[in-house]
Amino acid sequence: MIPGYITTNAPALLIAVPLLGAFLSPLIGKISRDARALWVLAVMTLTALIGYFVAFLVYTEGTLLYVFGATNATLAVPPDSGGIPIRIIFTLDAMSALMVTIAVTVGFAVILYSLTSDARRSGLEAYYTIFLLMIGAILGMVSTGDLFNFFVFLEISSLASAGLVAYKVEKGRAVEAGLKYLLVSTIGGIFFLFAIGILYGQYNALNMAMLADMIQWTPLDKLALVLVVAALAAKCGAVPMHFWTPDAYSMAPSAVTAMLVVASQASLYGLFRICFTLYGITLNYVTIGWVIIILGILSMIIGVTMAIPQKDIKRLMAYHAVSQTGYMLLGVGVGLAVLGDQALLNSYGMTAMEGGIFHIFNHAMYKGLLFLTAGAIIYQVGTSDLNRMGGLGHRMKWTMIFFIIGALAIAGIPPFNGFASKFLIYESVFAFSPLLSIIAMVVSILTLASFVKVFHSVFMGPPLPGNEQVREAPRTMLIGMTILAAIVIISGIFPEFFVQNLITPAAHALTDQAGYISAVLGGA
Amino acid sequence: MVSATSLTSGFGIWDPILWVLAIIIGLVIAWILWSSGFSTYKKGTEQARPYLSGNAEPPKGEVHIRAGNLYWGFTEGLKGYYQRIVPLHTGIMTDYLLWMFWVAGILLIIVMVV
Repeated sequence: MIPGYITTNAPALLIAVPLLGAFLSPLIGKISRDARALWVLAVMTLTALIGYFVAFLVYTEGTLLYVFGATNATLAVPPDSGGIPIRIIFTLDAMSALMVTIAVTVGFAVILYSLTSDARRSGLEAYYTIFLLMIGAILGMVSTGDLFNFFVFLEISSLASAGLVAYKVEKGRAVEAGLKYLLVSTIGGIFFLFAIGILYGQYNALNMAMLADMIQWTPLDKLALVLVVAALAAKCGAVPMHFWTPDAYSMAPSAVTAMLVVASQASLYGLFRICFTLYGITLNYVTIGWVIIILGILSMIIGVTMAIPQKDIKRLMAYHAVSQTGYMLLGVGVGLAVLGDQALLNSYGMTAMEGGIFHIFNHAMYKGLLFLTAGAIIYQVGTSDLNRMGGLGHRMKWTMIFFIIGALAIAGIPPFNGFASKFLIYESVFAFSPLLSIIAMVVSILTLASFVKVFHSVFMGPPLPGNEQVREAPRTMLIGMTILAAIVIISGIFPEFFVQNLITPAAHALTDQAGYISAVLGGA
Repeated sequence: MVSATSLTSGFGIWDPILWVLAIIIGLVIAWILWSSGFSTYKKGTEQARPYLSGNAEPPKGEVHIRAGNLYWGFTEGLKGYYQRIVPLHTGIMTDYLLWMFWVAGILLIIVMVV
């Protein structure tokens, strides 16, 4: 049985464990490299277990509140606070639980992979510390119910991510990519901070439920929303603010890149959370919905067309990450565009949102898998240049199989999970606008074409001179890939299970603004 | 027919189990056809060498079509598009920020006016 104090404080432990693990990691590393590896793996395993437990609590018992500093973990509004929830509050609903599940699953697979893939690098004491900080920050972003708290976790995530992008200092290109990421993140962070200041100045509150209860769509509220959308859309790599993505994704170690995908999705979560939960139907949902749809369509088209001519495997995959983010923006954007029309929301809006949210889950898994396969290839061949690869299918059979699974999933080929979410998006978006749905399908075809190119270039043909010594990736790297590949297959073959149990509750959590407010403020 | 594994969109149904079954049946048929053929392949003999219209086989490194040579027709066909879109990816940090400010500015106008 799990002790009561652990179950009661599980949301706090979700952040505390990776943070504590991060800061103790250099100390443990003084004992030996193996001790540090074991420590990092143990911390990530424990974080994952807590994450699954928290998600289980949310899915079985409803929205979970955790109030820091309160004697009672559910005492959100102190009696002497004038009705304002002044403490830091974690508010975990089904959408948060889904994001926690994604973060800990990818985090565990990536850490396992990273123990071998990055073992021969120097500076590992800093690497694992920053890595665990990044995971803790992502979990904080998706758990908090406080805007300023979200900003703090966003900053931690940005700093940690920039540090990891710049980790391979060779030739300075990684440092440049890290600097670009940091600069975009910093400006985005300032935008976000201004938005918080505007809202706080008007409503005297930072808690999202409290703000949602009071927000009025004044000109200042509009300005705050614009700043938030620009900041978080840039952070999630939406076109035309995606330029940092190929730089950062291609230069970061592959394990980091897989986690950067989740960090970007945490920003996407923030964008959706603020649009739906904080503003809800008070905003001009048709206009903002279309803004998000247009960002999505631009991301899909420009992402995939820029991917096709790329010659660097990770840069190509990075552009596909931009393109796939477009699907999420499209699906959820359509849901937002019809938010105020219950009939349309029931007819196709909720399905579009489910498709977009399911795509967040699926993308984290198959894109994480693809970046890990790219990392395994680079680990063995020593280059990310597709022109210098060929015939690796003879020697890296497992990596090739994992790549095929990831490639078919991202291209939306049945029966893998990418098809299931795209199926929901195609059908529901078609009812909204057939043209948008057709664009989404064409982008999928181009995605397949692009990954056929990668498959041919890397795995097909005779083994090239210079690649004679290439071997299959080490076992721990394969295990990391196996975890993600298994999820891609299982969620593709049993999509209804995932949709019913994880996705639909998440979509309803986003649209149920009143439920979120009452969960925090109750009868206050 | 809607089964426990069917994913419903409100407009259509997707049942991956049926798809998997169809793939398995297809693979079994393919295997039956393949196994009913003559097994005359001998590794390491003349049979294993590629036939290139009587020409000598070039070195292995030269026969593989590299990534840079794939889809040149696609990019050539969309040359007008790529000539406009690629130069936007300057790699210059200030340009990245400028795009953020442009987007924020345009968004502000849209949100305030509409």
